[in-house]
Amino acid sequence: MTELLKLSDVWVEYGDKIVLEQINLTIEEGAFVSVIGPSGAGKSSLLRLALGQEAPSRGKIMLDGVPLPPECGPDRGVVFQHYSVFPHLSALGNVMFGLECAQSPLLAKLSGAARRQAREEASQMLEEVGLQDNMHAYPAQMSGGMQQRLAIAQALIKRPRILLLDEPFGALDPGIRNDMHQLITRLWSDYELTVIMVTHDIGEAFKLGTRVLTLDKWRHDPHAPHRYGAKVVYDIPLTRKREETSEDGIAATAPTNPSDEGGITIDRIDNN
Amino acid sequence: MRWVNRHVSRSRGLMMGAIPIILLVLLYLVAAAERHAINPSDKILPLPGAMVDAMWGLLFVPDQLSGRLLFWADTAASLQRLFLGLGISTLSALLVGLLLGLLPPVRATFGMLVTGIAVIPPIALLPILFIAFGLGETAKVALIVIGIAPFMIRDIAGHVAALPREQILKAQTLGASTWQLMIRVALPQVLPRLIEAVRLSLGPAWVFLISAEAIAADIGLGYRIFLVRRYLAMDVILPYVAWIALLAATIDFILVWTNRKAFPWAHGGRR
Repeated sequence: MTELLKLSDVWVEYGDKIVLEQINLTIEEGAFVSVIGPSGAGKSSLLRLALGQEAPSRGKIMLDGVPLPPECGPDRGVVFQHYSVFPHLSALGNVMFGLECAQSPLLAKLSGAARRQAREEASQMLEEVGLQDNMHAYPAQMSGGMQQRLAIAQALIKRPRILLLDEPFGALDPGIRNDMHQLITRLWSDYELTVIMVTHDIGEAFKLGTRVLTLDKWRHDPHAPHRYGAKVVYDIPLTRKREETSEDGIAATAPTNPSDEGGITIDRIDNN
Repeated sequence: MRWVNRHVSRSRGLMMGAIPIILLVLLYLVAAAERHAINPSDKILPLPGAMVDAMWGLLFVPDQLSGRLLFWADTAASLQRLFLGLGISTLSALLVGLLLGLLPPVRATFGMLVTGIAVIPPIALLPILFIAFGLGETAKVALIVIGIAPFMIRDIAGHVAALPREQILKAQTLGASTWQLMIRVALPQVLPRLIEAVRLSLGPAWVFLISAEAIAADIGLGYRIFLVRRYLAMDVILPYVAWIALLAATIDFILVWTNRKAFPWAHGGRR
């Protein structure tokens, strides 16, 4: 596997508050990386770095061997917990948006054959995520789970190099969340995606990931707690093959309930 | 049952809404009749018959001097000024509001200026407008624009700036340029708000229109009211005020209806 995203000695500081320090990380193509850690440990900051929403205050980030510009681009797809879809567009319109932007720089609208082709491609993508019966519905008419399916379809239509997920299933109820796990596993396998997922749910992190990163503060100064940032304290590779997930779905992975494993203690300094 | 939980059905609501209006009309009639019992030529509270007589001349009899039907000419002149002012304000609010709300450098450059203009009382600028544009139509339309456009611009800019950051980022990951973001993400989402802003500025727009017409005009609803005030002609003033209220309410209703029909996504998908 080739390396896709490489962070070397990356620091994130806001004023004199250090959020992340000494992040050295290489993410390989095709990996499903789960990022966990207590609140305020910089999980979302790490994702913002990968997204290009923020530049690191020190260090380098390389994507495919090229320095990452501090701006979002179509090579990185993203799904947030909320507000990921456009409320004024139907499901079909939401998915077509990415195609329209690329093909029509001036109006971002297509017509004729190009429109029909984009429509076709978008409806196939909606079928992939199980929204074939809701193509003309507006997000306000959809449940939370359906909106997240739509957000995933919308991101995947651009075939991004990396798919970034920021607690994508955090607001869903457990049954729907399980469906979404199967969906994302299938898409990860079918589209050969590279995924970075930030989550609060340790079970979810181990169930889906091929690698689990734990961010936490590793030193603590009681007088100036903001002067030490978080770094990767655990980097756990999981033996999970793309093939087995594509054959019999989610059942083949993670037989034990990982949240029972005694070795993984996230909240050692009681700051959660 | 608590009053907060009492649901009022549509037909019942209409009926209940009519009660205070009917009561007010009755109160007026009783008061007018009492005054007329004491002084049959009272001008302060005219009876409906006197209003019909006075309005008949304005509605259907051409003016001896100009040959126009004054009521309709007044209405046309005032509505033309109002719609010109509203139209210019709406377009500039959309354009400037989008730029201010979406582009941080534009906001940094012009944000303070817009705020500064917005806090100047527009009537204080009226002399300047009269000096600059003369006493014609331009000055009156300009007063409406100066009166409501800054408020609308700030409202639209605020609404654009309050769009979830996630949406702006997501659009960029889908390959949208600044221009595409503006016309495909920000513009359509701000349109329902724009109609709402027009509704809210309708009241101030009428105030500025009537003020401008009262000070310098030779036709218009506001001009007529202030003209006949000299003769204590309440039998013209009252119907004119009622007519202005009716016009304003109709425009408001049309705007609400348009908003619901044109942007179903903004109202939970219901049509």
